[in-house]
Formats: sequence, C-alpha cells, structure tokens
Amino acid sequence: MSDNALPLSKDKLLRAYRMMKTIREFEERVHVEFATGDLPGFVHLYAGEEAAGAGIMMHLRQEDYISSTHRGHGHCIAKGVDVKGMVAELYGRSSGTCHGKGGSMHIADLDMGMMGANGILGAGAPLACGAALASKYKKDGSVGISFLGDGASNAGNFLESLNLAAVWDLPVIFVVENNGYAQATSRDYAVAVDSYVDRALGFGMPGVTVDGTDFFAVYEASGEIISRARDGGGPSLLECNMIRFYGHFEGDAQTYRGSDEVEKIRKNRDCLKKFVQQVTQTDALNKSDLDGIDQEISVLINEAFDEAQKAPRPTETDLLSDVYINY
Amino acid sequence: MARNITIREAIREAFDQEMERDSTVILMGEDIVGGAGSPGEDDAWGGVMGIHKGLFGKYGKRMLDTPLSESAYIGAAIGAAACGMRPVAELMFIDFLGVCFDQIFNQAAKFRYMFGGKAETPVVIRTMYGAGISAASQHSQTLTPIFTHIPGIKVVCPSTPYDAKGLMIQSIRDNDPVIFCEHKNIYDFSGDVPTESYTIPFAEANILREGSDVTIVSYGLMVHRAVEAANQLAKDGIECEVIDLRTLSPIDMETVIESVENTGKLVVVDEANPRCSIASDISATVAQQAFNDLKAPIEMVTPPHTPVPFSPDLESFYLPSSEKIVKSVQKTLIN
Repeated sequence: MSDNALPLSKDKLLRAYRMMKTIREFEERVHVEFATGDLPGFVHLYAGEEAAGAGIMMHLRQEDYISSTHRGHGHCIAKGVDVKGMVAELYGRSSGTCHGKGGSMHIADLDMGMMGANGILGAGAPLACGAALASKYKKDGSVGISFLGDGASNAGNFLESLNLAAVWDLPVIFVVENNGYAQATSRDYAVAVDSYVDRALGFGMPGVTVDGTDFFAVYEASGEIISRARDGGGPSLLECNMIRFYGHFEGDAQTYRGSDEVEKIRKNRDCLKKFVQQVTQTDALNKSDLDGIDQEISVLINEAFDEAQKAPRPTETDLLSDVYINY
Repeated sequence: MARNITIREAIREAFDQEMERDSTVILMGEDIVGGAGSPGEDDAWGGVMGIHKGLFGKYGKRMLDTPLSESAYIGAAIGAAACGMRPVAELMFIDFLGVCFDQIFNQAAKFRYMFGGKAETPVVIRTMYGAGISAASQHSQTLTPIFTHIPGIKVVCPSTPYDAKGLMIQSIRDNDPVIFCEHKNIYDFSGDVPTESYTIPFAEANILREGSDVTIVSYGLMVHRAVEAANQLAKDGIECEVIDLRTLSPIDMETVIESVENTGKLVVVDEANPRCSIASDISATVAQQAFNDLKAPIEMVTPPHTPVPFSPDLESFYLPSSEKIVKSVQKTLIN
C-alpha cells in the first residue's frame, strides 16, 4: 500500500526512479561513446521515453514475457536484464548478454522474459501472442507484452496479431510507443486514424491512450489492463504518447524536426524531470533518496563501460557455435 | 509390430503419440480441425488433407484452428516455442511462405545464434509442396532450397510412411525450428510402419537400392521416380544406387560422397527449379569434394527454370519423370 499521496509505496517509487534513471544514464553514455566511433553497428536510443517502459514494467514479473523493438535498451533494463552484460553486448564482446552475436538491435534474455529487441518492425507482435498462448496452456497467469512504435503500427504483423489476440482471447497487451516519428516520417502523415483506440476497437479489444511522459498515468492505465489480462479478460492496446530526445538512430541529423523542437521537449516534456517533481512535491521521496540512487547508477554505468571496453573479444571458434553447421 | 499404413496415417500417428507423451505439443493451422465456430461438426475437415481427423476429440484445446493470418499464427507458434511449448504449425501450402517468411527466417531461424545460444525454438512448421495436380504456379512449388539457404532452420522431406512417422517425431523433439515438407501427391503412399513410437535421426540418408554403376540422389516424391528409373535400368544390366536424403538441412553428404567414390557417376533428381537448388548444391559439393572420383559430368534432373504451369500437358513436360532420369543415367554412361 502507498505510504504517501501517490499510488505507490516508497520502495516502489525508488524502484521506478532507479529504473528510469538507469535507462537515462545508460542511453546518455551510449550517445557519447557512439560518437567516439568505438561502438559498432546501429544504435537507437530510448532516452526521453523511460516513463512508458518503466510504468508498464513495474507491473511485470520475471515469468511475463515482453517482445521489444529496435529501440530496446530501455525495455531490457526495465525487465531486469543485466546492465553490464548489455554494455558488453553493445561492444560485441563475448561477455555480452548474447555473447556478441546480437548487438543493440537484438539483445534478448529469455530467462528474464525478454524475447528480444527486434530489427524487423512489428515482428515482435506475433511473438508476444505466442508467449500469451503459452501462458494459457501453462495457466501461470503470465502475460505477453508487445512493444512497438507508431511506425510498426502500420505493419501487417501487428494488424494480424491484433485480430489473432482478440479471437483467441490472449493475455497480451500491445503497447504503441507513439513518439511521433517513423524514422523521419510523421505519425500524422502515416496513420489515418486520430487515435489508436479506434484501431483497437476495430479489432474488438479495448484501447487506452495515455501521456507516455507521465509515469503515473502509464502506471495506472497499464496496471488495469495487465490485471485484466492476467484474470482472463483478454487483450488490450495501450497507446503511450511520448517523445524521443535523440534521432531515429545515432547519427541522425534530425532535419525533419522543428528547429527548436528537441530543446523544447527536453525542457518541458522530460519524463524523468516530471517524475522527480511529482515525487518531491508530494514529499514521497526527498532529494537525498534520489541523490543516493544517482550515485549508485553513476558507478554502475562507469563500471559497465570500463569492463566492457576491456572485455575479451570473441574468437573465430565462437563464429560457429550456437547453430548447427553441416556443410 | 508393423502394419501397412499411409503417409497420412503415419503423420497422424506421430502427432497422437507425441501429444500423448508431451503436454506441451500443440497443433495449429488453418482448418487443421476445420469447423471452429461453424454450425456443423467440430472437426469437419481435420486439415485440408485430413491429416488430423480424429485427434480433436482426444486433444481438444491443444488443436487450434487459426484465422487466415499466416504471419501472426506462425509467429505465435514461434513465440510459444521460445516460451516452453512445442507447437506444430501447418502452413497449408509451401507457396504461402511469402506471407510469413519474416517470422521463419528472421525470427525463428536466428534466435539460438543471435541470443548467444540461450534460446531454443522447438517449433515444427509442416507444409505441403510439389506439382502434379494442376494446382498451377501459386500452389505447386518446391521451395525447399529457399529454406536450406537459411542457417538455423532444419529441413525435412520424407518419402515413405516409415520415414514420415520417425522424422515427424524427431522433428517435434528437436530444439531447433524444423520445416517439414510433405509432397501433396504422397499422402496415400503406404508402407510398413511400427505401431510403437520411434525416431529417425537427421542427416542420415537412406540407401534404398544398392548399385555400383551410377549414384542417383533425391528426396521426397522424386525418390519414387528415381527408384522406378533404377528398376527400369536394371533390366538392361545397369545397377543404380538410389539415395534418399530424407533431410536437406542438415544433409548427409558423406553417404553421397562415399557412393560417388564407388560409382564415379552422379545423377541428382530435384523437383525444385534448377538455379541454386538442392540439385545444384549437391552437384557443387560433389565436384568440390570428389572431383577425382568422377568419371562423367554430373547430371541434374529438374524442372526447367519456369513457374509451374497449369495445363496437365505442360505440367507433365515440367516435372522430372522416370524416363528423364533413365536418359540422364544413360548419358553418364556414354564413353
């Protein structure tokens, strides 16, 4: 029960803050390190979107499964994937979460219920339906969560999955993380309906739109639909309206955005700032609580990058493991 | 104890025995029960080929008719497999691969490797392939080489009821994704099948007929054309060794190479189009690994590089036949 004016206990508020702040620090550091040229491959940052991932993931258990997107670091961290393993993975080292075989776009840890970031947009939707189907046979009350962006919301995989989930009454939640852009194309250009609630209703399931920069709004709305799914009430769609601080990928010049857009959203719509205001104004948490966590996160991120940079590189033998070779 | 049953019955028996043995085995596909939500019989069809007929009464909710959304349900089967189930999903015709291929080759095929060996995806995708019933270009293809090109998925193609049962049970128990290809003209073929459960390991080709003159390699329905050709040639004193590959990924090249070392001549019979096919792949491998043993150019018996035609006349020109195989064998024996 809550011991303050907010709907979460102090312990839970601290956990939520740690989740969001870890993601923010992780992403800010990746942004810096990527610019040095030492991080290989494609990287897409979740900074600015933390409240959505955290608000939902606060309700999940280890046995719940999520399928993520190309912008998956935040989902991984919030679902409990080891941060040091993730950084090593981004550097392509053998101590990485996937032993350097997945990279940023494919980090997965099934033991933690994380079915993978995904390089194919919308492809995680059927997979989350599969997790939800398995839950029905296992009867363990677990749910599947499919994260996808406003861009992927136009992919056939997603639209087919909405219908499949509805006709099979699956305990699955589709979370549309609407950050306004599919790469550079605006959501308003590419999606004909004004609200994803209309889409959900069209497929026979309830839908809710929330301010994805407001942790408490996401927490509340997702709590309701996740418990409904756990209790056999079937699938739902949750639209989180949110913003991304960085480009589609690292290196994106973002010429499609308004000239002062990023500056404005960082100033006025930063979900982490908003959370800190909400918890400190209500005296639910005080500054020293937050400072202590900041300090721990700073140490963790520094260690993670130091260790990853020194971690052993995979060898040629690793190339041929984890798959049958017959040729 | 063995008795004579068809391939259709052999596959059904494999499902029955595995579903009885392992409660994580579930079946799904379009009309695999047939009649979900309709006013008539619950299991009106049992699949378009009647493979599942009779299982619904015993397994109920473990058999799922799906909406016509191949990408969603094949993907859901893959997702469920990653979460502890052993689903067998039916892709009614191999030609429908185009609408769900991403889930197979970018998702299922990649998980184990891409996630650093920490994922298992024990899903079987059963599918019907092949020409011969005037089903025309979009329902008659042999797309096996498209699957064998992809690392991480296994490709199985039985030719007899005995193999169909043993390979299906092996496929269900395998922890990698398996594409199980059934020729649409092979379901009524019959043969001896043991009543008990058994498995056939992957990458173990079957030598159906021994011979020291020419090696004929094939898989699926074409194995029967190869045997017909070999029987025909035997009347003229030409002894062919006929090898049924049984699995295309992984593939038993050792048996093929050993045979070629003995015969020095190779004919590969493949119902797939010839470019980048199983036939061209085997030919290349034999040329690389047994070049000095070859006493004649390798012959490939395949359709031409055209879509499958509709007209029964054109289709018979298109398909490999025992006559075409006989001619190719004879060609390897000139000089």
